[in-house]
Amino acid sequence: MRKSRILGAALVAALFLPLAAGAASKHLVFCSEGSPSGFNPQFYDDGTTFDASSRPLYNRLVEFKLGTTDFEPGLAESWDISDDGLTYTFHLRKGVKWQTTPWFKPTREFNADDVLYSFNRQWKKDHPWHQVGGGNYQYFAGMGFPKLLKAIEKLDDHTVRFELNAPNSAFLPDLAMDFASILSAEYAEQLMEAGTPEQMNHNPVGTGPFVFVNYQKDAIIRYKANPDYFVERPKIDNLVFAITPDASVRLQKTKAGECQVMSFPNPADLDTIKKDADIELMEQAGLNVGYLAMNVEREPFDNVKVRQALALAVDRKTIIDVIFNGYAEIASNPIPPSVLGYVKDLQDYDYDPERARELLAEAGYADGFETDLWAMPVARPYNPNARRMAQLILSDWEKIGVKTKIVSFEWGEYLKRVAAGEHQTAFLGWTGDNGDPDNFLYTLLGCDGVASGTNLARWCNDAFNELVTKAQRVSDRDERAELYHEAIRIFKEEAPWITLDHSTVFLPVRKSVKNYVMDPMGGHYFHAVDVD
Amino acid sequence: MSTLPVTALQEPQPPRALQAPPHPLREAWAYFAENRGALTGLLIIAALVLVALGADLLAPHGSNEQFRSALLQPPAWTSGGNWSFVLGTDPLGRDILSRIIYGSRYSLLIGMVVVVLATTVGTLLGLVAGYVGGLFESLIMRLMDILLAIPSLLLAIVVVAILGPGLTNAMLAIAVVYMPQFTRLARASVIAELQREYVTASRVAGAGPLRLMFVTILPNCLAPLIVQGALTFSNAILDAAALGFLGLGAQPPIPEWGTMLADARDYITSAWWAVTFPGLAILVTVLAVNIMGDGLRDAFDPAMRRS
Amino acid sequence: MFRFVLHRLALIVPTVFGLTVVAFGLVRLIPGDPVRVMAGIHGVSPERHAELMHQYGFDLPLWQQYLGFLNGLLHGDLGTSLITRSSVLSDFFSRFPATVELSLVALLLALFIGLPAGMIAAVKRGSLFDHAVMGAALTGYSMPIFWWGLLLIVFFSGYLGWTPVSGRMDAWFFIQPITGFMLMDTLLQGETDAFWSAVRHLVLPAVALATIPLAVIARQTRSAMLEVLGQDYVRTARAKGLAPWRVVGLHALRNALVPVITVTGLQVGLLFAGAILTETIFSWPGVGKWLVEAVYRRDYPSVQGGVLLVALMVMLVNLSVDLMYGLIDPRIRHRRS
Repeated sequence: MRKSRILGAALVAALFLPLAAGAASKHLVFCSEGSPSGFNPQFYDDGTTFDASSRPLYNRLVEFKLGTTDFEPGLAESWDISDDGLTYTFHLRKGVKWQTTPWFKPTREFNADDVLYSFNRQWKKDHPWHQVGGGNYQYFAGMGFPKLLKAIEKLDDHTVRFELNAPNSAFLPDLAMDFASILSAEYAEQLMEAGTPEQMNHNPVGTGPFVFVNYQKDAIIRYKANPDYFVERPKIDNLVFAITPDASVRLQKTKAGECQVMSFPNPADLDTIKKDADIELMEQAGLNVGYLAMNVEREPFDNVKVRQALALAVDRKTIIDVIFNGYAEIASNPIPPSVLGYVKDLQDYDYDPERARELLAEAGYADGFETDLWAMPVARPYNPNARRMAQLILSDWEKIGVKTKIVSFEWGEYLKRVAAGEHQTAFLGWTGDNGDPDNFLYTLLGCDGVASGTNLARWCNDAFNELVTKAQRVSDRDERAELYHEAIRIFKEEAPWITLDHSTVFLPVRKSVKNYVMDPMGGHYFHAVDVD
Repeated sequence: MSTLPVTALQEPQPPRALQAPPHPLREAWAYFAENRGALTGLLIIAALVLVALGADLLAPHGSNEQFRSALLQPPAWTSGGNWSFVLGTDPLGRDILSRIIYGSRYSLLIGMVVVVLATTVGTLLGLVAGYVGGLFESLIMRLMDILLAIPSLLLAIVVVAILGPGLTNAMLAIAVVYMPQFTRLARASVIAELQREYVTASRVAGAGPLRLMFVTILPNCLAPLIVQGALTFSNAILDAAALGFLGLGAQPPIPEWGTMLADARDYITSAWWAVTFPGLAILVTVLAVNIMGDGLRDAFDPAMRRS
Repeated sequence: MFRFVLHRLALIVPTVFGLTVVAFGLVRLIPGDPVRVMAGIHGVSPERHAELMHQYGFDLPLWQQYLGFLNGLLHGDLGTSLITRSSVLSDFFSRFPATVELSLVALLLALFIGLPAGMIAAVKRGSLFDHAVMGAALTGYSMPIFWWGLLLIVFFSGYLGWTPVSGRMDAWFFIQPITGFMLMDTLLQGETDAFWSAVRHLVLPAVALATIPLAVIARQTRSAMLEVLGQDYVRTARAKGLAPWRVVGLHALRNALVPVITVTGLQVGLLFAGAILTETIFSWPGVGKWLVEAVYRRDYPSVQGGVLLVALMVMLVNLSVDLMYGLIDPRIRHRRS
């Protein structure tokens, strides 16, 4: 093993020396967990694709401050918000260059046309580019933008005005999200004329820190530094993504020095990683929540006592120990602790099988009942092994007389069926998109979520719904916090979910890597990173 | 020379040389029994069947009992091991030996169900196709060709996608995959037999098509079908394990060996026992069936050649 | 001869047509709502759902959708992936060389080891070698590939550190894809280090994938050889005083090859099934893995196109074997089918 490590290092040196022509060129290999679905972030909603597309290649009007959920100016230098909160005027940055690649040479810099193109394409059905790629812009639709936007106007080359139909305090952080990445209108024109619009998804052009070089399907993605990046030229000259779906393999590669950064380690390997002298195990409280939703439209989960009983019967401490190897915290709120509106010391359903049995009897199910438990087949940040977790809960519920059958489907099918409400109980979770509580509470527990399928408990509580809808429009932070506090208390009382965990997100990084900052929303950003 | 009084007219015994040959199955058994390897295979299978039936008595623990204080214990003979968990425990603290013992039930069940389904449906289709001939035969055989052209695991995955993951559906999917072989064999046998005189004789004697197919022809086609059955049994176990490994077969907490492997895959470097033993169980079972299958093929061979 | 070939080819046409129906039908039977699946975690409102269904043509009656599919096929268009939004053909063929490279190397390994092993086992029938080879072959074909692959990784990559754990090549080599076959592309560009890297990456997956075909070929060769060796003409050749290697190598082998070729050809379908598992374990970026993912994600066009292409290739290989068989064995082509 040592031999190949030395050989590997020597090869790296040998290969890059001639390329460098003087200065030593820096490269970084990131072991990623999957293949991107494409390079136009407008079509997709998964982190794997965003890591490979929107994050290295593009910019947005507003950007998240790396490592936080606060936002700062991006392609928009500044903005004015009208008093009624319905009009946002963005002043665009000047001097931002589009990337030059073998397939595109820009003749102008970034301007308002690009912003209009990027948004109108997703929004207007009659836009010539709307249908390119299928016409399905899930995140744009999922965040409610079609209903929210009233108009987008170009006031001049560097000023764009957005008009909304209703005030929304999450609008700015929404614009920092990946689907709102700005694409090049000039490149679009060129492709349309050449008759190859689908190339936008394969040979991308952005304003971002890295330029796309090549994608070897399911194997390797290569980027090189953008020398004209408007913030600062990245210190890494060559960025490589080595697609490695298996977590233990990623770890082996990282230990061998074949990758310098890897995503999603196995919880079981965390202790081994900590002992490795060459690897630093970065960690951060994840902006996520894992939960078990109980479908209130199905008996006996329409009875609140049954739901509370089942919550009391689950030994969450063992789950944290076994599934997360101890590296997570038990969730009491439906939102993680760092999000506005979090209720400290919320009265929770601590493990109490005795009380659970009592409640069940009170509800009329002294002899127990049968239920299904849907478990995801894939690892998620908030649940690395739902099937194993399901087996733990099965055992817990058996003790109070509830017989459980574990059901699973492939991931896509799973999402579709739980969205349709086919389950009695199901696992899922959520990683925040923009750090805003609305993103969790309204989407996952609001009444609209029942029809669109994001509210797995299919729980529509008028009081709760009113509170969260009101909080969307209020801009005063403290006022919002109060509204959310109340809503969360109602939620806890009604217990449509068993809140399971907020997991800690871990990132093994080799010690030769400097300045890596972890993103609370789980993204992997390399523009500020340096390598020894 | 009999000293008994001749009371009734006795049928003269035919000379020995002209006695009817032994029934093909009995003859095959004679050959089979001579083959030591095949007998060993049969014995192992028999032992497995006993284990499966007697699992409740043999297994030291329940298959789903989670010993939360004994997670990932190594096998008894290594350091850190414990004789109450002979082969160690899995990530949820369940005894691996017990799970393997109970798992034998599922493997044998899978083999049997798939073979029965594939054989009955396949043979039926093949018999009818071969007998009826014409367009019907062409259609069926073309369909079988198409099914055979699609790689087995891929077809099984697609069928499971249609039916949904789960043990029963996995068995159905695998049965669909192996059915065409039986159809082909049955049809080929039927066509060969149809030329034979005994069939013509029966037909002339007035036997209807059903009787011809099932009573006259089928018994003589049995040999290749039985051999194929053994092969299918072992392939079914392997494919079910593959589906289980991909998460499409038996769902947890069912202790099917392939599903057990999938569950423990993360622990391959840290807890080798959770991965090695279920795999070994699959290997031993399939090996035994294959050895037996070989023996069967050899046993039937002279019989097949003879007829 | 010509008639034989023509006859065989004529049979293929209705089968291929049937294949399109089966591929389409199977995929459409999959209960899945591709629109909902694409919507992912965010869900989709009922109106938008209806819109998208209409856009993709999923609300048309099935027979119309089938005709659309067939029409596309005749124009060489296998449809567009719902996920990557690019043509299924390009998605398939960009990954195809990886699978072919792996399968070919595996097949070659199986032949180079299996053929001689089987031959020698037949010649030395009953010896320890014979028993050892047959025992190994039997074990090889009774093993679950995915378990075997995992064990190989743990031992050779984990414990010994001789081989890398996954992928086709080390990440820092940038090789322009010319043929798509790493072994060739690296040599064509003169990158010997990259070549060796590719070889090291190929070894374990090829060995894992080759195990079953090797076992089958060894057994088949042995039994075919045994049958041939028992024939009169072999005894005659021996009686004539020909050297044993000549007897075995020239006369016997040539005749024994026929069933071996058939069996080898039939391994293609099996190789693909094995490739799915091998590619998953070794993260080999080939078609098998891609197709399985497509099934999971309900990417209908990709599954349809992929199943069609793969089955078509298997059919073509079977046809070639059939034709070759006919060429080699005159009895076959003159016999009425």
